Amino acid sequence: MHNYLDFEKPIAELEGKIEELRHLSGSGEVNIADEVTKLQAKVDKLLAQTYSKLTPWQKTQVARHHDRPHAVDYISAWIEDFTPLAGDRAFAEDQAILGGIGRFRGRSVMVIGTEKGADTEARVKHNFGMARPEGYRKAQRLMTMADHFGLPVITLVDTPGAYPGVDAEARGQAEAIARSIETCLALKVPLISVIIGEGGSGGAIALATANTVLMLEHAIYSVISPEGCASILWRSGDMAQDAAAAMRLTAQDLMEFGIIDVVVPEPMGGAHRERDIVIDALEDAVDEALNAFQGMEGAMLKASRRDKYLAMGKTGLA
Amino acid sequence: MNWLKNIVRPKLRELVGGQKKDVPDNLWHKCRDCSQMIFHRELEKNQHVCQHCGHHMRLGAVARLKSIFDDGAYTTINPPDSPPDPLKFKDIKRYSDRLKDARSKNDTDDALTVAHGQLGGNPAVIAVLDFAFMGGSMGIAVGEGLLAAGQLAVEKGAPLVVFSSSGGARMQEGIHSLMQLARTTIAVDDVREAGLPYIVVLTDPTTGGVSASFAMLGDIAIAEPGAIIGFAGQRVIEQTIRETLPEGFQRAEYLHEHGMVDMVCHRHELRDTLARVIDLLMNKGGTDDEDASLPAVVDAAALEGPADSADADAGETAA
Ligand SMILES: [Zn+2]
Repeated sequence: MHNYLDFEKPIAELEGKIEELRHLSGSGEVNIADEVTKLQAKVDKLLAQTYSKLTPWQKTQVARHHDRPHAVDYISAWIEDFTPLAGDRAFAEDQAILGGIGRFRGRSVMVIGTEKGADTEARVKHNFGMARPEGYRKAQRLMTMADHFGLPVITLVDTPGAYPGVDAEARGQAEAIARSIETCLALKVPLISVIIGEGGSGGAIALATANTVLMLEHAIYSVISPEGCASILWRSGDMAQDAAAAMRLTAQDLMEFGIIDVVVPEPMGGAHRERDIVIDALEDAVDEALNAFQGMEGAMLKASRRDKYLAMGKTGLA
Repeated sequence: MNWLKNIVRPKLRELVGGQKKDVPDNLWHKCRDCSQMIFHRELEKNQHVCQHCGHHMRLGAVARLKSIFDDGAYTTINPPDSPPDPLKFKDIKRYSDRLKDARSKNDTDDALTVAHGQLGGNPAVIAVLDFAFMGGSMGIAVGEGLLAAGQLAVEKGAPLVVFSSSGGARMQEGIHSLMQLARTTIAVDDVREAGLPYIVVLTDPTTGGVSASFAMLGDIAIAEPGAIIGFAGQRVIEQTIRETLPEGFQRAEYLHEHGMVDMVCHRHELRDTLARVIDLLMNKGGTDDEDASLPAVVDAAALEGPADSADADAGETAA
């Protein structure tokens, strides 16, 4: 059973019918194979139609889909001997940001990811992917460690944004994000970032000021959530659809602007439908991105990352 | 009584001046904190600090630069052009129209003004983010401005001082505004790598993407009294935690208590504090420093006659 999004209603109905028919055939009364094949073809066509022209707001919904693979899913599929590392050595261990060392296709790497959690319990544990300062400070610690040992860094970004809470402010949320960006820029090892779902504002760029930024086809990356933007500029959260469109937050938009480097296609109907396929495809893409920096000197890695961000706003804009 | 003064002063003025409405409203300012009315000349003389309660009002870029540079003298630079309205953004209003309005009201191209001059006898580059220009929000132009400020500081071998006042990233530039968090951090790194001091003065308010980048990366962080400084907006936090915020939350004094800034400095002492910090970091003295002889001689001169130390200039050097 899929968790359908509101715009997937026609697809849900067709798949419901298929399910019913299968149920009937299971009882051995009717042979409905032909009918199922016909319906399935319809579903495929409808999925293709719907997903080839998702609106920015629909993409926002897909990017936030609960069944989409999360950071933990990519890490467990990609990383051998994954060894989680915890804590910022100052205050706490923040489960909104996971990290550790392991082997990615034979090479030792540092992996860091914001994790939203797959079910209610996990979502609470990971604070819905909203990190506190200690999460960003852990990330800084791990990135600096990677730099020290010459390990490439892979970051997986899926967050509504940094946690807006009293405790987070008291411990310097703004400073923690600023230092994370600074740490990203200082690395003399390759830093590859993937926006796998929601790239929410400062909490996202804190981990994604990278040599190469990849983005899944239906992921979003923005300065503020469409809801937040709508409530401030339109003075109504109901205008989120318009805000999503105006902000140009899709992978395709960001590719056009030169903000990201690679768009990785998702399976038909989105990453949540064929999780294994997207997990494999992204692994290939990350591998390719890492290979591109093979043997490059540390100073050069740092300089090329810096130059990339310096060039932004000068190129790719009309 | 306060309420009496508030009402009577402007009214009296009206009567004395003759016809109604011939006195522009902005001759009198109402303090947001204590609600007292303050005459504009009084306010300017006091650097927009309320003489009744000490509330620090927002200061525009020009007034700020004049108050900090020696003799109020400085030269502004024009940062490179940046694409206006990269997204062709429109909410209930076009961004291009909002920009036009802000430009005509403020007489600047964008929210950041970059200038250089002398501060306490040392060269300094100062960048001021002005809240009056679209809430001091950071788009490509602010990023470009800060990068230019960083480069200017490196060229001149001068410290970079930034005055921040901003609600955060400029939403109308979408992802491009977010990228300025990274780009302004590069500007800070340029100054840092050159071994030059990077000093931030956090003024009211400094929040969002600006606090989450260059504003929180100062070697020295100074906050103005009462300034709101933080990442998330108070309304957003209240909605998240569903309770009212603690007294003084996100104020400069709160940040100082929590170890996030080095000091909270009254505006009247800001210039001298900056001059002193820059002098300490730039003219290090000691045997290995070739420049050491110069400040040593100046110090000796200042100490020579007790009569000298009584006048204001000597007092400043000695401080
Ligand atoms: Zn007052």
